[in-house]
Amino acid sequence: MNSHRKLALLAAVGVPLLFVAVITLQTRIDVSTAAEVQSQQELLLSSGTVIKRLSLGYDALLADIYWTRAVQYYGSNAGIPGVKFPLLWPLLDITTTLDPKLTPAYRFGAVFLSEQSPVGAGEPELALKLTQKGIAANPQDWQMNATEGFLYYWYLREYQKSSEAYLAGSKNPLAPGWLAMMAAQVVLKANETNTSEMIWTEIYNSTPNPSIRKSALLHLEGLHASQDIEALNQLAQKYHSIYGHYPASVDVLVQAGLARTTPVDPSGLPYIYDADGRAQLNPKSEIVIESGPATPPKVYNN
Amino acid sequence: MSSIPAVVAVNTFREAVRDRVLYNLIFFALLMMGAAILVGQISVGIERIVIVNLGLSSISIFGIIMAIFIGVGLVYKEIEKRTLYSLLAKPIKRWEFIVGKFGGLLLTLAVNTTFMLLGLFVALLYVSRHLERGDWGIVEAAYFILLQLALITALALFFSCFSSPMLSTLFTLGIYVAGLFSKDIREIGALTKSPVVEWACKAIYYALPNFHNFNVIALAGHGQPIPASLLWQNTLYAALYVLILLLASAAVFSGRNLK
Amino acid sequence: MSAPAIEIQSLTKDYAVGFWREKTRRSLDSLSLEVHEGEAFGFLGPNGAGKTTTLKLLMGVIFPTSGTARIRGRSIEDVAMHRDIGYLPEQPYFYDYLTARELLDYFARFFGYSAADRGERVEKFLDLVGLSAAGNVQLRKFSKGMMQRIGIAQAILHDPKVVFLDEPMSGLDPVGRREVRDIILELKRQGRTVFFSTHILTDAEMLCDRVAVLVGGKLQGVGAPNEIVSLEVYGMEILFELKPGAAVPASLGDKVRHTGSRYQVEVPEAGLYAALEQLKGADAKILGVVPLRPSLEDYFFKLVGKEKYSPHSIEVNPQ
Repeated sequence: MNSHRKLALLAAVGVPLLFVAVITLQTRIDVSTAAEVQSQQELLLSSGTVIKRLSLGYDALLADIYWTRAVQYYGSNAGIPGVKFPLLWPLLDITTTLDPKLTPAYRFGAVFLSEQSPVGAGEPELALKLTQKGIAANPQDWQMNATEGFLYYWYLREYQKSSEAYLAGSKNPLAPGWLAMMAAQVVLKANETNTSEMIWTEIYNSTPNPSIRKSALLHLEGLHASQDIEALNQLAQKYHSIYGHYPASVDVLVQAGLARTTPVDPSGLPYIYDADGRAQLNPKSEIVIESGPATPPKVYNN
Repeated sequence: MSSIPAVVAVNTFREAVRDRVLYNLIFFALLMMGAAILVGQISVGIERIVIVNLGLSSISIFGIIMAIFIGVGLVYKEIEKRTLYSLLAKPIKRWEFIVGKFGGLLLTLAVNTTFMLLGLFVALLYVSRHLERGDWGIVEAAYFILLQLALITALALFFSCFSSPMLSTLFTLGIYVAGLFSKDIREIGALTKSPVVEWACKAIYYALPNFHNFNVIALAGHGQPIPASLLWQNTLYAALYVLILLLASAAVFSGRNLK
Repeated sequence: MSAPAIEIQSLTKDYAVGFWREKTRRSLDSLSLEVHEGEAFGFLGPNGAGKTTTLKLLMGVIFPTSGTARIRGRSIEDVAMHRDIGYLPEQPYFYDYLTARELLDYFARFFGYSAADRGERVEKFLDLVGLSAAGNVQLRKFSKGMMQRIGIAQAILHDPKVVFLDEPMSGLDPVGRREVRDIILELKRQGRTVFFSTHILTDAEMLCDRVAVLVGGKLQGVGAPNEIVSLEVYGMEILFELKPGAAVPASLGDKVRHTGSRYQVEVPEAGLYAALEQLKGADAKILGVVPLRPSLEDYFFKLVGKEKYSPHSIEVNPQ
């Protein structure tokens, strides 16, 4: 009776106090092992086949878990200047080894393994490897072939191979007609902005993934802007031929009747002209022009 | 007029229910609810796949735990608690007791699995508002899990006839894991240059219950059909192996002097 | 006459003991006996004598090392024979998650009764052992005495011809013991064979047609209680009271025992009247004169080599 009461009181007071101590201690342990954890993480990510073996038949669920980790890893690191996403490839590789049919992982990898830092890992070769793995595991999925075609076209600039990929995809009876058309287009009209726009539009439409969609939109905006700049350059030449000097700003074009409204980029900011009549993005604009596949991509500081 | 094994089976089921074994369904329900609610935030684009994978994997894990932990006590408990004395004095053959205990646990597992399957479909409907034709594969996958559970039950029951729960658990778990890896063992054997090792690995492969035969969770998750041939082949395989184990159990138990 | 109810021939049971199971311990040594139909047969012996072993062998819970046994002409290996026998184990354990009713109903199912029949039987036998009120109580809440009673109920609910009871009185208070005694007598009256082991020798003497005594795994004797021990009177016991202050007559010797003012002395039969004269001279009040015959208990304890003790300490230590 009395000793029970005493113990109950002691527990009621002592247990919370001890827990506070435990939590404090844990945070200190976390701090001192933080560096350890980082390197351990890289060690733990051994080959996907080993993990698959160890998964005791629950590989599909593990794949979903690794996929979630990959997406979170990407999200928490994206945009940090200079980041290289070293774990992205292993995570995606393991995911797709555990569940070769998890198609969103391939699509995600295709984009974000290839994109330059800080948007992606800048390793299009790895992206290609992943995609080819996906094609082998999902021969009925024409989207895989389309992804391969996209990779060859946009990041690797190998138009013949791109064409072959689209062609392979078009042989699938379920594939939409534009694959066959794209097979021709990437070779014949490789440098045209139109081709790139089509491809990025298809990417945008093919996935609900918000990161990929955001990236696609950015690319499309960049392409749109680059088309605008092309047109503006031509207008500048026209202006020059009329007035003998280049326009100071795009508003001048409106006044001269060469444009109906002030030319603005997709983010709403007006373009500017430099001294030699070449159009450029407004310095405040965040749009990125990658100049299309014909020229090497700029390294951008988003 | 019910058969003696059926009488024992129903009572074994009743014991499991009174032991509150079915309360694990509550945990499962909570798990599925949590998953259904959170999956949209965590895994965009693969909500259905995650629900199916999580649900089937849980059915499998919960079921295996139940099969092993109840299974290893099926015979052992009755010997220890001496409840067998009065039972064996009735007109019941020893093998009828064994079959009845097996049937009772299998019934418990079947009921458990069915309720969990319902819970899974509720979560699936919540997440995607509709069912697809490919979802029939989920039912088939659950059926295969049940076949696995029957095999594990028979294994645990066999060990229960002569060894303590602790050892029986280790043996059963060990054989289960080995049965998942048996394909790899055989492949490793094929890779070595030694014909003796290769033959030994092959023998292990055929002797062990090959649990990897039954793993179709990934297929179900992607809504892909499970080949019909696999259905009857796996059923037959499980039935045959269970028969082997029950026969062995009955043989061991029939000769056993109780305490 | 037809086959004996129980026929045991050279039944032997060895156990392998020792760390490496290298030694054997013989817990039952070549037991042979017959029990006739309708008999109430007592199976007596101290702890470890082999009584429970014998019963377990007959029930098929354990298997003999050698020897055979038949019940109503059928081998103990024939499980169908269990239709006609009932068994109450020593310290019965039943499924404690079941209620009394559920237990009886469960066991009744092994005998193929219709549902209505079964229901009737369950109620009838619950009532017989006085557990009708506790019918829906889970067995885990039962006292030892209640367990014993449900044990008897499950042993007889299928009207077996031969009933085996291992220590049926254990755990019961005197009222319970009397009830069990009455049940045994009733079973006997119905013509059933009752085979029970007990330590309560007075009950054995009272209830049994015949008894067998087992010591150290060996049968020591079988027969009617009064056959095992001779009927010969070997002395007389005089109970008397002395007036306060009075002395015990010296001629009675030093074999006089007393508690308070009550005295007890044993004298040879021939010397009875002389002793009574002595006591008359001492003005003693005679309380009783009892002829002494060896009892089953004496025989028993002579066998077992123990000193005589009070017949009321019965409880057996579990093995």
